[in-house]
Amino acid sequence: MISIKDVEHVAKLARLELTEEEKVKFSKQLGDVLSYMEQMNEVDTTGVEPMNHPIDFSNVMREDTVICEQTREELMANAPEIEQDYFKVPKIN
Amino acid sequence: MELLKKTAVEIREALLKKEVSAVELTEEMYKRIEQVENKIGAFNSLTKEYALETAKKVDEKIKNKEELPILAGVPLALKDNINFKGYKTTASSKILENFVSPYDATVSIKLRENLIPVIGKTNLDEFAMGSSNENSAFKKVHNPFNLNKVPGGSSGGSAASVSALESYISLGSDTGGSIRLPASFCGISGFKPTYGRVSRYGLIAFASSLDQIGPFGRCVEDVANLYYAIAGYDKKDSTSLNVKVENPLDTLKNDIKGLKVGVIKELLTDDVDEDVKKAVMSAVKVYEKLGCEIKEVSLPLLKHSIGIYYIVATAEASSNLARFDGVRYGYRTKDPQNLMEMYTKTRQEGFGDEVKRRIMLGTYALSSGYYDAYYKKAQQMRRLVKDDFSRVFKEVDLLVSPVCPNTAFDIGSRNDDPIKMYLTDIGTICANLIGSPAMSVPCGFDKDGMPIGLHLLTDVMKDNLLLQAAYNFERETDFNKQFANI
Amino acid sequence: METQSLRDKYEVVIGLEVHAQLKTKSKIFAPDGAEFGHEPNTQTSPITLGMPGVLPVLNKGVVDMAILVGLALNSKIAKRCKFDRKQYFYPDLPKGYQISQYDEPVCIGGEIKISNKTIKITRAHLEEDAGKLVHAGAAGIYGSAYSLVDLNRAGTPLLEIVSEPDMRSSDEAREYMEQLRNNLRYIGVCDGNLEEGSMRCDANISIRPKGQKEFGTRAEIKNVNSFRALQRAIEFEIDRQIDLVENGEEVVQETRLWDDNKGITSSMRGKEDAHDYRYFPEPDLMPLEIDDEWIERVRKTMPELPKAKVERYMNLGLSEYDANVIVNQMDWALFYDEVVKADINPKVASNFLTGEIAAYLKEEKITIDESKLTVENFVKLLKLLEKGTLSNNIAKTLVVELLKTGEDVEEVVEKRGLSVMNDDSAILAVIQKVLNENKSQVELYKSGKDKLFGFFVGQVMKETKGRANPKTLNDLLKKELEK
Repeated sequence: MISIKDVEHVAKLARLELTEEEKVKFSKQLGDVLSYMEQMNEVDTTGVEPMNHPIDFSNVMREDTVICEQTREELMANAPEIEQDYFKVPKIN
Repeated sequence: MELLKKTAVEIREALLKKEVSAVELTEEMYKRIEQVENKIGAFNSLTKEYALETAKKVDEKIKNKEELPILAGVPLALKDNINFKGYKTTASSKILENFVSPYDATVSIKLRENLIPVIGKTNLDEFAMGSSNENSAFKKVHNPFNLNKVPGGSSGGSAASVSALESYISLGSDTGGSIRLPASFCGISGFKPTYGRVSRYGLIAFASSLDQIGPFGRCVEDVANLYYAIAGYDKKDSTSLNVKVENPLDTLKNDIKGLKVGVIKELLTDDVDEDVKKAVMSAVKVYEKLGCEIKEVSLPLLKHSIGIYYIVATAEASSNLARFDGVRYGYRTKDPQNLMEMYTKTRQEGFGDEVKRRIMLGTYALSSGYYDAYYKKAQQMRRLVKDDFSRVFKEVDLLVSPVCPNTAFDIGSRNDDPIKMYLTDIGTICANLIGSPAMSVPCGFDKDGMPIGLHLLTDVMKDNLLLQAAYNFERETDFNKQFANI
Repeated sequence: METQSLRDKYEVVIGLEVHAQLKTKSKIFAPDGAEFGHEPNTQTSPITLGMPGVLPVLNKGVVDMAILVGLALNSKIAKRCKFDRKQYFYPDLPKGYQISQYDEPVCIGGEIKISNKTIKITRAHLEEDAGKLVHAGAAGIYGSAYSLVDLNRAGTPLLEIVSEPDMRSSDEAREYMEQLRNNLRYIGVCDGNLEEGSMRCDANISIRPKGQKEFGTRAEIKNVNSFRALQRAIEFEIDRQIDLVENGEEVVQETRLWDDNKGITSSMRGKEDAHDYRYFPEPDLMPLEIDDEWIERVRKTMPELPKAKVERYMNLGLSEYDANVIVNQMDWALFYDEVVKADINPKVASNFLTGEIAAYLKEEKITIDESKLTVENFVKLLKLLEKGTLSNNIAKTLVVELLKTGEDVEEVVEKRGLSVMNDDSAILAVIQKVLNENKSQVELYKSGKDKLFGFFVGQVMKETKGRANPKTLNDLLKKELEK
């Protein structure tokens, strides 16, 4: 179990509105999953380099050149709300 | 019907001999889809205009006796989390229900270049999160071998479409088994290449360090050809491997005498269904007969792979899905009063249950105070698992196991127990954690006639050896020639 | 009076975090253009908009610039570093995370020398900029009915340069900023324009009783858009914190916004959530490994740095003050370097630049590049002066004309007959004329009123419109008066 308060905190960080039912359900399910994962603590990982990529290599870069392939209209065609060539969002505060 | 059951290799022959035109073939495909799709639910949308236009080009080339790419004219189904310019790409999520791709994924460009008629976008678990395809926001996919059973996930639509003769070949994506599990459940071949072999550019990200696009087909040769068509370095994907891809067909049909085959002890425990175990052991016998050296190997850290996977995958997913905020594209809640409400309601209404669960889990694992205990720990464990495999790969060339401890289960039977659902992936997950190529080939049926898949895995970069081993097995058996009756 | 004595009780501790926009052609992780001043949302791409499925690829030019900055600041360049995701939701941040460098920055350590001390640099790391918001119906966020998002700026490369808390006054902070800006501008990586936001600064400020070792609680001040604002904001903040402490209250660790109109900082508390950025390594990007060969390749492109330039100018005979005045205006320094190259007396050139030219530019509020004065024309003018063809006074008047009109100085001198009269007989004729017309003054001079000498010089200069060779005039005048 993780507490409802923790669930609410995490939901806020993730910008998810949850129903009361969902909060209860997630507090149990997340708790179960997390305690399942705690099996990992059997293994000592002191000093082990975390593995961020399945295959290690480095220095993948492109040259500093400009490529502009698409028009504003194409790129903004999926926007929920537009005003004067801007994306429109509701008031922030 | 016989035309529909052909492999892509056979279709090419038929096209070149002019037994059928590419346009006729594509039209046949759409007829079949019309007949069975209401039972299967494999497609989210069809791309008829593009498919027919491409088929026409192929016929034109055949008429002019021009050179033809190997899969030209063979109808293909594309997983609906891969961007295909000008058509909808939804990831089976309400949040992208009306999203029309403004750009092509790199694999989509390759499909166009190869004159492959993309016939439609296939259903999946929302954002590829699931093992049963029950998590689509639109509809469930049904297993062609038994409509009451799941097709496996998350590329359930791609697998079911090939299995139900609604396409000849298809593309899926595999983050923890999302190609191999549905291939196994639907009785076809599915291949997850080495991480970085196929560009991820344009694949809607679930877990960036685990995702890989790969092919489905009715035979290993089709899978090998489709893999070769889409593989290769892509400068738009920083994680793509800058290594030349050799044509797998160069070695595919060579024998595998002397190949060292390891049977993974931890994946053949009593938790595995009897029929599955039997089928896998018979497969091992086949390899023995082919002149391989068989050896039992142990991977003691394997049991932790699910824990590692669900932390790494959900952490990355929670971040990758932050862009779905209702600002630039996609669903936005009605009349939000302020920004916060727009975010929280858009995401509440736009995401399904499993997606929210994983976002919550991943956010938790990365949040202040928990990072070291969960995310960092998991990435450290991941390295230990990789070391474990490296040790084993000094002794053997190929690892075999069941794809899944069981065959396809009933729709609705595992919905409320996430852990049990996650355990379905135990055999497949490690390939994603370590970046290895892995595949599922049909190796039998259980007592209810449901297909069983054999899981094959090699060290990274040995994709062609893996395909060769799969081809040799397939040549000795006929499991891939048994079709579902719909 | 009271304020000053209170100020004396406390020591001020300031550290600065400076965001410098790097002047690459394309963005840090996407190939769309990174220029300013385009129509909203035209400098974008699927990558910049964070479309589903897109991936970042690092711009090599950005890394080259970061290395150059590191070398200029005496930093250690990391042999290996990586990128991380910093996660938060805001409409100007398309992906819901900013790609940044959390625990492995590209530059480690470093320093900037100001007048009488060295300010240490902690680190400099690369990250992507956010877009811009336009708030409808209000001057800022608060009270606006809705907001509009322009993502042209999103993905522009930034180098965040973090100083140690080594500064002890707003003057030091200002000087640090000026020096840093000069460095960035001279090496050509940043425009360094605070007003336009190509260089942005957050100030961490705290106070502690003199002699105390521990730092006080700091406040982070944002929205400082000019050097003047930086100083004013720091001064305000010092007084505010002293006031709190003197009244037995505590300074709260928080972010405060500087309001340039009201001249105050105010808390953002309650208007922003407590941040939990959930940093983790960016899985879509591979790590960066910078070897010595790469660093040396970049070092070869390093231009002369401002400190070295000041020293060089002083060796040319300029005062430290003048050298700094010129170096602090990069366009002046570039102009000056060209002039000096033409074998012109550096001191004379400097006097013109910091004198007449500076005054004119200030008056007209333009830069030297915007004026009509070319290096070539200025060099011609100074050569004429050096040869004695022009008098100093005429040259000074003339340079202002050249700034305005851009006419060729030789043609102007020729056309208007401005060259110095070196003809003795001609000058003598004028002298005799002046003495004839001022007989009474000549008498007075001869009776001992020496000061009248200057009067006669002035009269002759007036007659010759300042063109008489001063030395010749002096000699001849003396002789005539002694007759």
